[in-house]
Amino acid sequence: MSAETMEKTSYKVPIGPIHPALKEPVMFEFELDGERIQNADVYLGHVHRTIEWTGMRRNPIQILYLAERICGICSYCHPMSFALAVERIAGIEVPDRAEYLRVVHAELERICSHTLWAGVAAHEIGFDSVLFLTWQVREKALDLTEYLTGNRVTKAITMIGGVRRDITKEMVPKIEETVTFLKNHFEKLKKIFLDDKTFQMRSQGCGILSKKEALQLCAVGPTTRASGVKKDVRIDQPYFAFGELDFDYVTPDILTDEINGDVYDRIIVRLLEVKQSIDLIEQCVEQLTGMPEGDIVAEPKIAKLLNQLKKIEGEGIGRMEAPRGEVIHYVKMNKKEHPYSWKVRAPTYSNILPWIPMLKGEQIADIPIVAASTDPCMSCTNRVGIIKNGNKAILSNEELHRLSVEKTRRLMQ
Amino acid sequence: MTTSKKLLPDEIITSFKDEFSDKILDSRIEKHPIGPKKTDMIQLWFTLDRSIFKDAVKHLMKLDKKAHFSVSSGYDIEDRIEIIHHFSIYTGTKGDEISINFTVPLPKNDPTIDSISDLIPGALISEQEKQEMLGVKVKNIPKDTRVFISEDFPEDMYPWRKDEKNVDSMARNLHEPSSKNVSEEKKENADEKEEKQ
Repeated sequence: MSAETMEKTSYKVPIGPIHPALKEPVMFEFELDGERIQNADVYLGHVHRTIEWTGMRRNPIQILYLAERICGICSYCHPMSFALAVERIAGIEVPDRAEYLRVVHAELERICSHTLWAGVAAHEIGFDSVLFLTWQVREKALDLTEYLTGNRVTKAITMIGGVRRDITKEMVPKIEETVTFLKNHFEKLKKIFLDDKTFQMRSQGCGILSKKEALQLCAVGPTTRASGVKKDVRIDQPYFAFGELDFDYVTPDILTDEINGDVYDRIIVRLLEVKQSIDLIEQCVEQLTGMPEGDIVAEPKIAKLLNQLKKIEGEGIGRMEAPRGEVIHYVKMNKKEHPYSWKVRAPTYSNILPWIPMLKGEQIADIPIVAASTDPCMSCTNRVGIIKNGNKAILSNEELHRLSVEKTRRLMQ
Repeated sequence: MTTSKKLLPDEIITSFKDEFSDKILDSRIEKHPIGPKKTDMIQLWFTLDRSIFKDAVKHLMKLDKKAHFSVSSGYDIEDRIEIIHHFSIYTGTKGDEISINFTVPLPKNDPTIDSISDLIPGALISEQEKQEMLGVKVKNIPKDTRVFISEDFPEDMYPWRKDEKNVDSMARNLHEPSSKNVSEEKKENADEKEEKQ
């Protein structure tokens, strides 16, 4: 055998482009040795929509609704981070009642996002009955979102200086009913995800991200917390009313006394955060019912607010803990109608590089669950091209999914 | 933990000024009242000379070796490009975190800045993005490729720029077209009509 053919033991597999939200379109190129991933590279930007460019030509109120469309799942965090940045430049103080209302919506979004993710994770390893069960629970959280905001996804609840809708006393029973429902089903879901043998086989020891790597690569959110890094903007640098609420960092050792930084740990962190969010909503509703009804926005007249924002000058940042991690918006206002500069950084932006150490050494069939474990939107992963010995072949999403399901079946035998 | 004592905001500023003296062009502390109890959220803003930018990041990592880099943003204004690097330190204890922002002005005729990817590997994507969006040059960047913009995008045009290197001419009918585009379009339409007649 010649030296040249000996070198062809590894081959490259491009995967993607994936279409998630703004900063998350991704294409991978894997260097494989048989089934093992030796190296991974990431390509981004397939669906860059120039949101920031567009935003620099709109006024702050219009940007709220534009920012909402950055991501379908974080449709609250983005406009809210933008609002936080603008409020800090303008020195707008948010009414107390609105601070609690903002927490309720943020946590409700987290529940919707984490349960959506849990369903997708179940689907990725071929456990579709759990997908349906999880999303049935999520449906209830979405119903509550619709009840409170008028919409399931693009909620349009954010306003600079507050929120747009109040939670009145008449709305409390419905919230309580949903909270009870979620609590009852939470234990069931926890048992399935954490005690089921299939889940354990596919997720334990798989897609490991060490604490050191998480810190070096600036990972955020549940991805970094699952590796044992205590980082949660809600606690580190409290915003809204989070400073007054009772909660703590969620790391996997709370449950298992150890931190492995694998897919299983990321499942633990997200599940426990669902519970935490339910608690936080309860705490806020208790505060809201105890407090007299009052303003929910600093300046209710939009024209007056716009006029005020037209005159401000300065720069500010708005940071929030979105379901997937820290989201940060930078805004510079220059006494003009439009912001001079606007930079959006979604959490997945920071969770892309950590994919590389996670995927090294894993098998092709593990790609879906490992990639999904950082919770990117993988909704449009429609094909995978495999270049083997120079011949191109296309692996569809279904095919990749089949490989993953087959691996689960093999492990179960 | 062997981390040294946490400094107060003004102590952080003093420590930077002691280290870099007049290379710190400007610094300010912002305190924002947050939540019903109006607790202060602290943000520090520094404007640095680019010659000390990398050393300043090293100094920051001495204050907290787990310093978190969020992203860098930027814009061009007059004859310079300003890059703002957003960091946070003292993460991991309730309410202790401080946001630190380093603004580094770069002249447009030589917009080069040192790479910090060797100190913080997670800064890579952000540095690549600044190169393609603003046209700055990051010295010693580990991976000098485009990241969000496709390879067939024209050279020397940068989406975030507001000067003659902007991309407004490419963005037609996306929103209200710029006055130049409107007049061009009108002219084209008029030409077409004339041809038909």
